[in-house]
Amino acid sequence: MSYARRALAVAWKDLAVERRSKETLNALVFFSLLLLFVFQFTLGGDRERLAAVLPGVLWLGFVLSALLALGRTFLVEREHDCWEGLLLAPGDKSAIYLGKLAGNLALMLVVEALVLGLFVVFFDIDLGRALPGLLVVVLLGTLGLAAVGTLFAAMTANVRARELLFPVLLLPVQIPVLLATVKATEALLLGEPLGAVGHWVKLLLAADVVYVVVSLLTFDVVLEA
Amino acid sequence: MSVEPVVRIIGVRKVFGLVAVLDSVSLDIRAGEAVALLGANGAGKTTLLKILATLLRPTRGAATIAGHDVARAPEAVRPLLGVVAHGAWVYDDLTARENLRFWATVGGLDAYADDLTVALAGVGLERVADARVRTFSAGMKRRLSLARVMLARPRVLLLDEPFAGLDQRARKWLEGRLEAMKAAGAALLMVTHSFGRELGIADRLAVLAGGRIALDTARGTLGPDDVQRLYAAHAEESA
Repeated sequence: MSYARRALAVAWKDLAVERRSKETLNALVFFSLLLLFVFQFTLGGDRERLAAVLPGVLWLGFVLSALLALGRTFLVEREHDCWEGLLLAPGDKSAIYLGKLAGNLALMLVVEALVLGLFVVFFDIDLGRALPGLLVVVLLGTLGLAAVGTLFAAMTANVRARELLFPVLLLPVQIPVLLATVKATEALLLGEPLGAVGHWVKLLLAADVVYVVVSLLTFDVVLEA
Repeated sequence: MSVEPVVRIIGVRKVFGLVAVLDSVSLDIRAGEAVALLGANGAGKTTLLKILATLLRPTRGAATIAGHDVARAPEAVRPLLGVVAHGAWVYDDLTARENLRFWATVGGLDAYADDLTVALAGVGLERVADARVRTFSAGMKRRLSLARVMLARPRVLLLDEPFAGLDQRARKWLEGRLEAMKAAGAALLMVTHSFGRELGIADRLAVLAGGRIALDTARGTLGPDDVQRLYAAHAEESA
């Protein structure tokens, strides 16, 4: 019970701080808008060209936003001099990881919902039937991104050149997630049902389970290192 | 005062790269006793405090808190500690009450609303309990930090420059709080390089110089000038 309360406290704290300061959210929304403008100018109105690159463009937007959001996860603790306080908290540190993961997931999903909405407007796409399946893929893909991202953010929070190191570490590990999400999104946008991309969804599920379990098991060591 | 020390530091050495910051440091602190640790910048005061707080491991030697080795059993040590570090450990965008509730929950304490109110009243922040910490002065943040520590009722209190940045009134107030915690049986280790009135709460003075405890003496009736003379003599001798 105490474990769950501690995880919830961390998630609540992160979301409350973000809701009041809006530091990360404002930056992410602005960044996403900028990305969409650039994509719109680059791709123009050629429907065929759009259909071929849209899934990749959508996930590029998600991943770049995630890199910005996740990289700040533990910097907030350092900026408030609270890192040592979290280190000294008695009990299983993985509760802190779970809380951070939940907070990151919530923040990323808000930004992704916004990006997806703007995407529909900017590129004049009819999501229609693809939406339920797309939501499943986005949720699983985001969990995979956030799971490893939260762990690596803790790992790089105390090193120099962390802004460089964080994406360099994170992106190679995310290859299965990126591959599965882009391929599944492509098929769904072409009108295929979720069942047709079942193999990609299974890969996403497996990656999520592995990432979350490994992160839970190693977070204590990462934090103490 | 009980006879058995709560804090035992035995021959602790800490090396960073090729530099030995601490070299064979030994010190005991008993329950209800306050020790002021004096030393110049870079003498290793904060390093010693971090070793006791389980944030650093000694290169050699050992330190125990209530019989638990800080390096081998940090999880047993941490619930016994209250740490007031350089930073106040507060989130500016949370209120004072929210900050306290957060640290209590993360620390595994069952802190009810009344406990939080009492802790905030204990540090004179009850009227601003629901104001965001962003609007607080440095002294108010320091008080909130102390409320966090008081809520946990630690057996050992580690204080890094606790009076830094406080005005005269706040210093007097903090002295009173620390005296009360001492009277309740807490062992205090207070790192400072000030020779002011805050040394009044210390039962013993220890001078850290050249990586060693150069002086460990009862404060007795020593005034600030006496302390400064003693400090200068031992710190320079060991440097």
